[in-house]
Amino acid sequence: MALRETTVDATDLARWQFAITTVYHFLFVPITIGLSAVVAWFHMKWVRTHDPEWMRLAKFFGKLFTINFALGLVTGIVQEFQFGMNWSDYSRFVGDIFGAPLAVEALLAFFLESTFLGLWIFGWGRIPEKLHAATMWIVHIGTLLSAYFILSANSFMQHPVGYTYNPATGRAELTDFFAVLTNKVQLVTFPHVALAAYMVGGAVIMGVSLHLMRREALKKAPDAPLYRKAARIGAVVTLVAGLGVAITGDVQGKIMTEVQPMKMAAAEAIYDSVPAGEGAPFSVLTIGSLDGQHTNALIEVPGLLSFLATGSFDGAVKGINDLRTQYLSTYGASGNALVQDAATSYVPNIPTTYWTFRLMIGVGIAAAAIAVAVLWLTRKDRTPTHRWLYWAAIAAPILPVIGNSFGWIFTEVGRQPWLVFGLMTTGAGVSPGVSMGEVITSMVVFTLLYGALAVVEIKLFLTYVRRGAEPYEPPQEPSDRDEDAPLVFAY
Amino acid sequence: MELSTVWFIIIGVLWTGYFVLEGFDFGVGVLMPVLGGRKRAAADAAPAAADVEVEKRRRVMLNTIGPVWDGNEVWVLTAGGATFAAFPHWYATMFSGFYLPLLLILVALILRNLGFEYRHKRPEETWKRRWDLAIFWGSLVPAFLWGVALTNVVVGVPINAAKEYTGNLFTLLNPTSLLGGLTFVALFVTHGAIFLALKTDGQIRMDARRIATRAGVPAAGLAVLLLLVLGLQGGGLASWVTTILAAGAFVAALWFNLKDREGPAFIGTAVTIAMAVATYFLILFPNVMPSSTNPAWSLTTANASSSHYTLTVMTIVAVIFTPLVLLYQGWTYWVFRKRLTTQHIPDDVVLEHVP
Repeated sequence: MALRETTVDATDLARWQFAITTVYHFLFVPITIGLSAVVAWFHMKWVRTHDPEWMRLAKFFGKLFTINFALGLVTGIVQEFQFGMNWSDYSRFVGDIFGAPLAVEALLAFFLESTFLGLWIFGWGRIPEKLHAATMWIVHIGTLLSAYFILSANSFMQHPVGYTYNPATGRAELTDFFAVLTNKVQLVTFPHVALAAYMVGGAVIMGVSLHLMRREALKKAPDAPLYRKAARIGAVVTLVAGLGVAITGDVQGKIMTEVQPMKMAAAEAIYDSVPAGEGAPFSVLTIGSLDGQHTNALIEVPGLLSFLATGSFDGAVKGINDLRTQYLSTYGASGNALVQDAATSYVPNIPTTYWTFRLMIGVGIAAAAIAVAVLWLTRKDRTPTHRWLYWAAIAAPILPVIGNSFGWIFTEVGRQPWLVFGLMTTGAGVSPGVSMGEVITSMVVFTLLYGALAVVEIKLFLTYVRRGAEPYEPPQEPSDRDEDAPLVFAY
Repeated sequence: MELSTVWFIIIGVLWTGYFVLEGFDFGVGVLMPVLGGRKRAAADAAPAAADVEVEKRRRVMLNTIGPVWDGNEVWVLTAGGATFAAFPHWYATMFSGFYLPLLLILVALILRNLGFEYRHKRPEETWKRRWDLAIFWGSLVPAFLWGVALTNVVVGVPINAAKEYTGNLFTLLNPTSLLGGLTFVALFVTHGAIFLALKTDGQIRMDARRIATRAGVPAAGLAVLLLLVLGLQGGGLASWVTTILAAGAFVAALWFNLKDREGPAFIGTAVTIAMAVATYFLILFPNVMPSSTNPAWSLTTANASSSHYTLTVMTIVAVIFTPLVLLYQGWTYWVFRKRLTTQHIPDDVVLEHVP
């Protein structure tokens, strides 16, 4: 690969575009993963019990699911194309490794999701009920497979394994595909992301049902118990998944300390190393610039950072200053074509990593707290209608969704200036042949389009929430149906 | 056979799958305002009933592809992913070089797919008309631009020694490639009309057949011209054979269509598209992206491919899972095999005029 000048501006724009399109895409992904599981579960419960309530819930949340899935799908196409469009040198450098999980994701996961979702949506009255319920489970398996392969690719960027650098071709080449799929970063990231998605799915069910339960109860309408049941299921899912998110997040922190110590230091904005025995504190809130000149922590929990990083309350934690020196001597200041930001200090943007790390944890805890409150208030057949529940219902799904965004912003910004840790910096991966004008055009187009679609999607979603679950209609098996009768579901 | 050659063929097969399948749903999208237009849908309906007739027809059309369009589209994602994995340089050069056309394709696909999913979710007429536009343009634009892009790949574009595309948007808009774009659109419209004739019944089926003939004749002319131009530039014996097969299959398709036999006609247009893609790939081989600047700088199956190990892993995955995908995707078509008519469209959603 030839050495080329890349302007910082083009790289910055490409990074912004990737950030905008990816964060946006990932607003819909966890909802898709989480909601598909719960809808499949509702549908399965209906097949087992033939209790109309389960059918009504499956259809109702199934509609909300499809509204959300559509946007997740279309924004996902952009994801696959933009590696080549904006990051062509990155694609050339890691394509031998990174392309495989993407291709496998399409072959194993995308076909499964899209084909079986089509079967689920149009299957009412056309395929036998047990098979029909199974199609949504298959969609869910597809979403998990998709997450697994794309996270394998991302984990390679965080912690490259199973490869060798080939000087003849000037690129990283795959030597062990299984190692890429079982990267230790991947093995903890996948459960963390999947559980965070279940948390979102549970929270969407909880929030929507909470609102409708309250509305029905205030109107003395008959459906309050239906939504009360759904709200409790959503709360349990949120809480159990939330607990799993915390546990996997804890393991993840320790692995991160091992393979990307700078990211952990950046999470806490800790500049000076804390030796073993002293115990590094975790600051909950800080004022000031986080530049390492002043300590401004407002609330500190002694020893907590040591625990997060090492599992021991007095474990040693390396600071940014020591790590910077260490990285400079390991990777050099310049001279390597793949390390183009010669002026780089190997330190990510500290305020971003510091705050996103805290917000990720904070909004997760807040969502779990709502779940606890919902379970408590709805205990023993109670149907609460407090005014603040309206706001809790709105906050419930939003909190874990943005928690996912904060987590990703943290982990991706915390990797900087690396694109592939230790191998290639972000500036070296950008497309050299793509002009500023082209990047600006696509960024403006995507931002405007995505903004407009967000408005359309949210309005549509809320319309369907307000409409509530439709009355129960006994479904017919395909064998009992008149073939010339109108379709049960039609576009 | 070299593994890189195997993957060249697999990527050709993936594009074939994409164009054969998404080809007809592009065609259905483009035909929405034609077959679902007031002139045909409501020729003898009273003005009050005309709106309902138009709406029901459009819904019949959308429902023929409803359960399958999404799975069809995954073929292009798989083609893209496979290109990334098997030929990283091809992926990098093509996707960064064809930046603006790809951007347009992405925007078009986004709007079209949301059109399918969102159109039926609200009853207001304005809402439906807007998504109708999204479906029409969102089908026409990618059909045309994929034709332009792939024809450019075959005829060659300026590429430098560093495998970097050095042209601009207007380099891509050359006469041969524009002809390629038009041909793709015409072929897909014919293919889509025959698909609609195969999947519907009643008046819409008759109308679809007639449109297939009307679109088929210019499509045949364009396709012959395009394949002649490409063949004379770089064709070999094999590509001339596939060209003749494509032409023969298309003539057969139009003949069967005239004889009211939609099944064989549909196989005919599918074979035409497959043979056209085969012609493209045969002319291309062993290049994957020839350089018009200097033939020595062309991207080939050898210099653009991944390592032997990666190709081996990918081959194993493809051998195991591709048959499975074909099996369940084929099964979906079997489940939804029944012809649709306007009677199948439920009355639940009636158009609402919003002043």
